[in-house]
Amino acid sequence: MNVVELQKKLIAAARVNPPGQGVPYAFERRIMTRLAGERMADRWALWARALWRVALPSLAAAVVLSIWTYTSGAGRGPEISLARDLESTVYAVVDAPAETR
Amino acid sequence: MRPVDSDDAELIAAIRRGDVASFEPLVQKYQPRVFGTVRRYARRESEVEDIVQEVFIKAFHKLDTFRGAAPFEHWLMRLTVRMCYDFLRAHRRRREMAFSDMSDDEGDWLERFAADPDTASEHADAARELVNRVLEQLSPAARLVITLHEIEGRSVKEIAALTGWSQPLVKVRAFRARAEMQKCLARIARKKYL
Repeated sequence: MNVVELQKKLIAAARVNPPGQGVPYAFERRIMTRLAGERMADRWALWARALWRVALPSLAAAVVLSIWTYTSGAGRGPEISLARDLESTVYAVVDAPAETR
Repeated sequence: MRPVDSDDAELIAAIRRGDVASFEPLVQKYQPRVFGTVRRYARRESEVEDIVQEVFIKAFHKLDTFRGAAPFEHWLMRLTVRMCYDFLRAHRRRREMAFSDMSDDEGDWLERFAADPDTASEHADAARELVNRVLEQLSPAARLVITLHEIEGRSVKEIAALTGWSQPLVKVRAFRARAEMQKCLARIARKKYL
């Protein structure tokens, strides 16, 4: 069998029978739907990315503030009593007229 | 080189401004051409549809890289050919063609050709099926270059632009592809007539 001739014949066969250009019904809608879905997913991805970006600086700020608080002695002042503060706030109304009299 | 179609240019500008809906007329306009090209490389219709969809999705995302110096169609076809090449590389099915795979019609066509090459018509469905089978046996680069150069009749320069290969590389690959195809055909002939 003449292989070169067979090759020419087969290539000629492929040339005279080009594949069809038919498009499935509403194919463009499928692409547009996928693009719309991607854009929706993109928004969530952007939000998630933004959160991730600020996570590390926030953690660093928290650590720095903790160290600063510990070393400056800000946390070692007189004990803060919420109960005493609440009491003085409530009785301030009663004490105040006496002072103004 | 022809400038970009004014309709295309308007649609592309609108897409770049964020109007996604303007992409739909572009898809409608060029999808028959893309389907025709992809069907040369993928046989199953589900694969064809997946590739075409990926081509348009990629085109949408890479639209910023389209400079507008050449027609949009050229840019899109370059993207299509490269996606087809990636598909061929990812789905290398280079099992040897067995004769049990060949249909009776294909076998008859081959016998007719062996007896008298002129009586075997290239218009026959069997010839088309046989050439598809042979092309599936080739390496991705060989299949791509045979399709573009021999079947579609594109020049070396055009193939270089479509594939991103240099012109000398296209020539070398075309030479090797012809040899690879002949080797494949010789194997078929040997199996059939020994």
